[in-house]
Amino acid sequence: MTGHVHRDDFGARLGMWLFLVTEMVLFGGLFIGYSYMRYRYPAEFHHGGSELNATLGIINTLVLLTSSLTVVLAIVAIQRSEKKRAMACLGATLILGLTFLVIKAFEWGAKFHHGLYPNSPHLATLPPGEQVFYGLYFTMTGLHGVHVIVGLAVLGVMLWWVATDRVRQDRYVHLENSGLYWHLVDVIWIFLLPLFYLAA
Amino acid sequence: MSTHAATAQPSYLVDTGTRKGLVAWLTTTDHKRIGLLYLYSMMTFFFVAVGIGFVMRLVQLTTFQKLITAQTYNALFTVHGVIMIFLFVVPGLPAIFGNFFLPILIGAKDVSFPRLNLASWYFFMAGAILAVLSLFTGGGAPDTGWTFYAPFSLKTGTNVSLAVFAAFILGFSSMLTGINFITTIHRLRAPGMQWFRMPLMCWALYSTAWIQLLATPILAITLALVILERFFGIGIFDPAKGGDPLLYQHLFWIYSHPAVYIMILPAMGAISEILPTFAKRPIFGYKAIAFSSMSIAGVGSLVWAHHMFTSGMSGTALMLFSLLTMIVAVPSAIKVFNWVSTLYKGSIDFQPPLLFALTFIFLFCIGGLTGVMQGALAINVHIHDTYFIVGHFHYVMFGGTGMALFAALLYWFPKMWGKMYSKKAIYLSWFPMFIGFNMLYFGMMILGMMGMPRRYYVHLPQFHTMHVITTVGSWFLILGLLMFFGALLYAIFKGEKAEDNPWGGVTLEWTIPSPPPLENFEEIPTITRGPYHFEQEGK
Repeated sequence: MTGHVHRDDFGARLGMWLFLVTEMVLFGGLFIGYSYMRYRYPAEFHHGGSELNATLGIINTLVLLTSSLTVVLAIVAIQRSEKKRAMACLGATLILGLTFLVIKAFEWGAKFHHGLYPNSPHLATLPPGEQVFYGLYFTMTGLHGVHVIVGLAVLGVMLWWVATDRVRQDRYVHLENSGLYWHLVDVIWIFLLPLFYLAA
Repeated sequence: MSTHAATAQPSYLVDTGTRKGLVAWLTTTDHKRIGLLYLYSMMTFFFVAVGIGFVMRLVQLTTFQKLITAQTYNALFTVHGVIMIFLFVVPGLPAIFGNFFLPILIGAKDVSFPRLNLASWYFFMAGAILAVLSLFTGGGAPDTGWTFYAPFSLKTGTNVSLAVFAAFILGFSSMLTGINFITTIHRLRAPGMQWFRMPLMCWALYSTAWIQLLATPILAITLALVILERFFGIGIFDPAKGGDPLLYQHLFWIYSHPAVYIMILPAMGAISEILPTFAKRPIFGYKAIAFSSMSIAGVGSLVWAHHMFTSGMSGTALMLFSLLTMIVAVPSAIKVFNWVSTLYKGSIDFQPPLLFALTFIFLFCIGGLTGVMQGALAINVHIHDTYFIVGHFHYVMFGGTGMALFAALLYWFPKMWGKMYSKKAIYLSWFPMFIGFNMLYFGMMILGMMGMPRRYYVHLPQFHTMHVITTVGSWFLILGLLMFFGALLYAIFKGEKAEDNPWGGVTLEWTIPSPPPLENFEEIPTITRGPYHFEQEGK
């Protein structure tokens, strides 16, 4: 094949961190929008927040935090060359990630059921501030959901690579980087939770 | 590769793998080939957009308005802007010369992530193809101007969503290139290549990469919001739903103003490489130039709202942004003074790259100073959204980045292809280019002062004479461009063989053969001194 075999795990991690910076700035744009709108419509955001299901939000937080733990355990297992345990931990992460998405789907479904979705006739009757609140809610949790899906796909590939020994004790930087990405998804959720669910 | 057993590696232009011809190029992970892929594709887009600009000028000779409707004119200036900005000026120097020369300048075999590098090119092409598709599908070519201002961009029936998505993907490509360059500079410098021994081009690319990293995601999310708004009506920019169009303008310019520095910093880097070589002197004020790149990157991120002085902001905000805008002029001026001082008492070897580098300095000064003018609030209100802005912008972007790109192309051409162009033909092309450029864009600034608004299809009779002059200027400019690229194309195929170091440069790229071998260096060099040491040569 073309190219030289050049390996730089530190460089790979550095590149991943830089990518995470761009992800943070991407969400940063939305956080700027959120701060501005919240400043403009404090009462409406307060009311909007009280309509959200904080219990489901907190359960989902626990689910995601646990899944971050299992990713770390998978990396530790690989470092100790415990392939089966690593696969089990990754599998647990995938299941927890899917659980998060399922809960999220129920939550969104309930909102849709109440006629609370962008451009809905019911939403149009609400005050403008609440319309913006739901616009931001769906955009930000939706974009986060997309990141969860991407993260799950990446971790799925990692599971496969561990199974086929492409990720192993002396070569696990890909798994580490995927783990970093998954932690980012987690961290962003930790900011979304208080801004939307606990702000009421 | 089985070549390192041999004494000398083949040139990167020779196919050595199992793949040949076009397939070998399209699957290459060699930074030099990827640089050329960018060059060829970008030059194609550049000439498309030049053609559109040509037609736009013709429209202002009112006789041609029978052929082109006002709606088409709106589409033309939008597409001209989108192609020039997102497909040529923003990615231009970093993607072409950054890719080709960054690893060579720091003594590396390739960038840190060669496959990601190729992927970036594919993202770039995907974005470019979508941008072109947006012209012919859906509700017709977008007519919002390249800024996609809300709420018009949310309401117009034209194909804004696809164009915006294209810009989103192009931003992704630009970001990945930025990640690649930062990692490369941190990890792959040759032994002894300390930070302050790096050629200034590397500093410029490094600061550029940081802006790409920190600003582009904001554009990405802003454009994503436009798409969501158009499809789902989420209402963040829509005043009817409690949203705020001004928020769009802020978010857009938080990226798009730093993007101006993404465009100009690598250009400044290239000029900082060219001047010492032809003055045969070390660059004056190396650290000042290096730090001014970083401070342009920093301060340049805090001035975005000077695009919005007439949009409605508090007086405090206006004054702050005006002040910060003027402060950015300081690091830019530091560079200009250092360049001029580099030439002072140098033993100047006048060659085509130097001519274009000096042209850059001249035109950039006009562009830069008119920029400071517009930073002043009282003047800005009068010339806001007039041809003055258009003229100023082209002085900086075309007279600045464009001329620097041409200078860099002339400077590194013998290294990239191992051929030498006809210097006479290049000098000859400079005259129509320079005269046409100033007729066109200085004319625009005069028009703006007279009160001609930008983006208007028709104009009042008192503007007609100046419109004729600028339009004729555009013909000279295009003639010059055709002569310039004609000469270079001819040289690629039929040019004389170039020496390894035709200009007497001392940075690393001149120590290796032309064209460079596959892995750049037979052996990674060890660096023992700064980049511009001319003492040993000549005097």
